[in-house]
Amino acid sequence: MCLAIPAKILSLEGDAMAVVSFEGVKKRISLALVDDAAVGDYVLIHVGFALHKVSPEDAERTLALMAEAGILSDEIGEMAGPPS
Amino acid sequence: MKYVDEFRDRTIAEKLSAQIAREADPACDYHFMEFCGGHTHAIFRHGVKDLMPSNVHFVHGPGCPVCVLPVRRLDDAIELAEAHGVILCSYGDMMRVPGTKQHSLIRARAAGADVRMVYSVQDALKTAHDNPAREVVFFAIGFETTTPPTAVAITQAKAEGLGNFSVFCNHVLTPPAIGAILQSTGAEAAKIDGFLGPSHVSTVIGSEPYEACATSFNKPVVIAGFEPLDVMQSVLMLVRQVNGGRAEVENEYTRAVTREGNLKAKALTAEVFELRENFEWRGLGTVPLSALRIREAYGAYDAERRFALSPKASREVKSCECPAILRGQKKPTECKLFGTVCTPETPMGSCMVSSEGACAAYWTYGRHRHKAGHAGAAE
Repeated sequence: MCLAIPAKILSLEGDAMAVVSFEGVKKRISLALVDDAAVGDYVLIHVGFALHKVSPEDAERTLALMAEAGILSDEIGEMAGPPS
Repeated sequence: MKYVDEFRDRTIAEKLSAQIAREADPACDYHFMEFCGGHTHAIFRHGVKDLMPSNVHFVHGPGCPVCVLPVRRLDDAIELAEAHGVILCSYGDMMRVPGTKQHSLIRARAAGADVRMVYSVQDALKTAHDNPAREVVFFAIGFETTTPPTAVAITQAKAEGLGNFSVFCNHVLTPPAIGAILQSTGAEAAKIDGFLGPSHVSTVIGSEPYEACATSFNKPVVIAGFEPLDVMQSVLMLVRQVNGGRAEVENEYTRAVTREGNLKAKALTAEVFELRENFEWRGLGTVPLSALRIREAYGAYDAERRFALSPKASREVKSCECPAILRGQKKPTECKLFGTVCTPETPMGSCMVSSEGACAAYWTYGRHRHKAGHAGAAE
């Protein structure tokens, strides 16, 4: 639960919710803690909430590091959980 | 060597490693506490420790929320699930942590209690919507990153009049814990010359709250990003502060951390929560003004007000060294249970259960194999 993963915003929904994509896995998350997040932005996601925006370069580097360290698939598995 | 391969840019890593070795005074030892469990794992996973000169030591801190939760609060959560008939929603990391007599949420569930693992507090809200005839309690743990999501959920529940939802609040604060570690003296004191400040917590609270720690205790703090190169750059900044006799708050993670932090998240937290006068931490004991409780205005959503929790004589597993490990005073390899009766499959203490715990890091990354005879390897 401590980790945070960058993800790209695919679409905005009502009630400050958005659909993001993590390596192809789609997830509904909350944008209640960030301002001005738009479709195409990358945000850092922690327990289902975007904490802040990150640059595409930072997002790519973080995802590559997590994948190399073998922790990305575990985290995405935990996050994907039951469909929402 | 594998550890170098894991860096995106091995040239930079090697340059930083050489620079730290050049600047670290061979006549001195440097003890830096990485507060956050995420940093502990980055240090091991990417072999950062192996790129340090032998006089630069990492001391593992208490920044793992699962690890610092005292047994009493876990026993209370188990009581909510077993004796009050609620649906208890918990982050997965808590499920296997042993409480008194090694009872746990997962064992309570096996015995018939309705304990559900959730990824987000939003899932707990959904559970409350889907089960209007049941009481649903969210077992809230975590530092300043995990607190604003709980605040959002409580304001949502209030706005929707979701009367069957409540929160068992165990949210804790980073700066008072750093203060408590620096205040401890005598046999309980860890040797610390500076701190690697947490990444994500600092994106929320900003760098300003650490300033009092730096000035009151004369210890440098460098807020570090979570990637291996960030950690190495931050160590270099700490070495320079120590060598220069400085104790300042510096920010290595400027791409995400500002002095004031995430104002929206801070405002939501302040709206819903207030400081507790005291809170017990595993390892640190009772620390004043170190945790949050739900304000009166949102009291209807506070599980501690809604349910009468019984007094209990909670206790840790005897011989478990989690408390000393969380204070930075002992290493996992100095615990006699480590790797013998205590493993990730049969954890005796919280630091072995949580993926962010120091014992789990030592186990996962093989440090237990270098227990003796390899100078520096057991750091």
